Amino acid sequence: MKKDRYARMDNNRIDEIIEKHHSEASSLIQILLNIQSENHWLPKEALERVSEKLNVPMTRVQHIATFYKAFSLVPKGRHEIHVCMGTACHVRGAPRILDNVQDLTGIKPGETDLDLKFSLETVNCLGCCALGPVMTVDGKTHGKMAPAETANVLKNYE
Amino acid sequence: MARLESPEELGKFRKKILSKRDPNTPCISICAGTGCIASGAGEVIAAFKAEIEKQGLKADVNTKETGCPGFCERGPVVVIYPEEICYLQVKPQDVPEIVSTTIKEKKIVERLVYADPSTGDKAIHESEIPFYKNQKRNLLGSNIKIDPKDIDDYLAQDGYSALAKVLFKMSSKDVLDEVKKSNLRGRGGGGFPTGRKWEESCNAPDEIKYVIVNADEGDPGAFMDRALLEGNPHSILEGLIIGAYAVGAHEGFIYVRQEYPLAVENVGIAIRQAEEYGLLGKNILGSAFDFNVMVHQGAGAFVCGESSALMTALEGKAGEPRPKYIHTAVKGVWDRPSVLNNVETWANVPLIINKGADWFTQFGNERSKGTKIFSLVGKINNTGLVEVPMGIILRDIIFKIGGGIPGGKKFKAVQTGGPSGGCIPEEMLNLEVGYDELTKAGSMMGSGGMIVMDEDNCMVDVARYFLDFLTDESCGKCLPCREGIRQMLKVLTNITKGKGKEGDIELLEELSEVAGEASLCALGKSAPNPVLSTIRYFRDEYEAHIKEKRCPALSCKDLIAYYIDPAKCEACMICLKKCPAEAIDGGKGKIHIIDQEKCTKCGTCIEVCPPRFRSVRKMSGEPVPPPIPEEARKIVRESKQR
Repeated sequence: MKKDRYARMDNNRIDEIIEKHHSEASSLIQILLNIQSENHWLPKEALERVSEKLNVPMTRVQHIATFYKAFSLVPKGRHEIHVCMGTACHVRGAPRILDNVQDLTGIKPGETDLDLKFSLETVNCLGCCALGPVMTVDGKTHGKMAPAETANVLKNYE
Repeated sequence: MARLESPEELGKFRKKILSKRDPNTPCISICAGTGCIASGAGEVIAAFKAEIEKQGLKADVNTKETGCPGFCERGPVVVIYPEEICYLQVKPQDVPEIVSTTIKEKKIVERLVYADPSTGDKAIHESEIPFYKNQKRNLLGSNIKIDPKDIDDYLAQDGYSALAKVLFKMSSKDVLDEVKKSNLRGRGGGGFPTGRKWEESCNAPDEIKYVIVNADEGDPGAFMDRALLEGNPHSILEGLIIGAYAVGAHEGFIYVRQEYPLAVENVGIAIRQAEEYGLLGKNILGSAFDFNVMVHQGAGAFVCGESSALMTALEGKAGEPRPKYIHTAVKGVWDRPSVLNNVETWANVPLIINKGADWFTQFGNERSKGTKIFSLVGKINNTGLVEVPMGIILRDIIFKIGGGIPGGKKFKAVQTGGPSGGCIPEEMLNLEVGYDELTKAGSMMGSGGMIVMDEDNCMVDVARYFLDFLTDESCGKCLPCREGIRQMLKVLTNITKGKGKEGDIELLEELSEVAGEASLCALGKSAPNPVLSTIRYFRDEYEAHIKEKRCPALSCKDLIAYYIDPAKCEACMICLKKCPAEAIDGGKGKIHIIDQEKCTKCGTCIEVCPPRFRSVRKMSGEPVPPPIPEEARKIVRESKQR
């Protein structure tokens, strides 16, 4: 598992994605999004391949990859935790949930632990404000969270 | 499916769809919007399908997965047609009973219908529930009737009839005039008159023009655009095609946040189906008008909701705004005239064309016409999407529709307009909701987020929260925004940590003025709003933080302490066991004490302390009493003494 997460993406697959977008430089963001969604992060080699194929300078590819929040330049853990920090969740106590998740996992938002078990991110609104405060783990929603419950949720993930 | 080649063919096809649908056939509509899915609608849908199969009703009953009807608080929402029986908070285990009782025996399952929390009065039909009754749902009303993945459902609701009308009975000038007459103003925040924007683009000399849907709904706590895109994507497409016809564009874009996967999926399906039916693509309905549309996924940048930044992102670059001496309607994507409107604005267009500008202007007040969808969230009983006529007063939205504040708490403020908006206090609850009224009150319409706050929310912290968000999201291109917001955040953070000093309020006001005047785009220009509006209405809270190091709402972590009242503690061990920081000392029969050094102020103890004891209390601005001596901590129970 550990190995898979670090593995480089196959160049042929990258080329396929680029061709799907007709190798157009204006589709740079869409191409990077595709790679990110399949690979969970953007390895340097992938960025170089895209730069070469689209004939876009590497500096611009880097600019895009660092400007937008959806992209990650480091590998992600096996389980992705998103804690909603939207306004509705904030007024219902989301900061306390985040504090607790940070204590339990030992990582801050944007980080991945050394075992590649968890990655932690904050998001600005998941749109299920009725359930706030909300966190998701691997896309599964856990609503109406209380600080003491975070441990119960996270212990189910290996 | 063959392409529809003329408006007559569209009419015939619509009749064919309707003739195949017996209005008396029971239909179970289940909300499959993001909110209900998060509350378990997926399992409910599966349970319905299995149960109908099991009871051998597959041929006689339809099920439909629809978009969001708005009542997220009581999701998953199920509506059964033709009676329009509305069941709330349905769980998979309720499904067999619903099928056998309601579908087969035509009886109501009493425990699943709406009951008024105060009076206990029941409401069986959607239209009788107070949450819905006080709304005017021109746009959202169709969501529960339509399967967004099936274009036939939209056609059955008279869909694309406005498009046929425009293409064959109206000139582009007629369309412009009608939209101008309707006084439709942009629903994304600014409130720019839509007709004027279209006209400007129409008159621009370029041959190639673009129309764009702005679905980069980034305001935290606002999700009405997503509900429309997920629930009724064809209404937005139809509006967009009409707009394209009016300005003479043949290409369009839908810019959707990548955080909305279901919206991206449903829009993609809608585009493919419309193309198949000849409602999109070349020679639409045989009218010789061509129009194509592409979906562009955003990659997570709040600033891309700004028109010029969004257009830069469409070109595949980093989404940074540019000065707009020349409107984007004249020079936008690739320097071509580009009409950019918000999702909700586009969705209004087919209604205006079909029903006329006069119908549209009957809703609203003098300067703001039509209805507006708000997402009512935060400390409110009925969280959800509400669509109301402009000009309604805030009090009606929060108390009549929203059902007031939960837990018997006191209302403090409502925040409108997202990070660019402001907080409106209780004294102003009779304010009419309209673009100009909200701006005058120091807030703004924004995309329509409405976050309700109660006495437990600290206004300084709310201002800090929004500036923290904006510091993160500022693209960094212009200095007043990049540095100004950062410095304001620093001052605010210090205040919430008890490190505020005299003169901080004045400093905030000064920084606000510069950022507001000198920033390049609306993000920076409106960033001071949360600060200025809270200073304007809640100056005393700022002063309490600065002068007394006290947080009146007992919310700022660094200014509060949790304390167990030894006179009330019954040593029940509940808080001791639940405390995630292991900061509570005590034992069976031994009064608990919080170790203030270890306490992380998560508030778990106050939540778990049984209401009959209520021994944990929050305090601010006063010293925590010293722990009572060891020998006084033993609780001697009377019963045991005897």
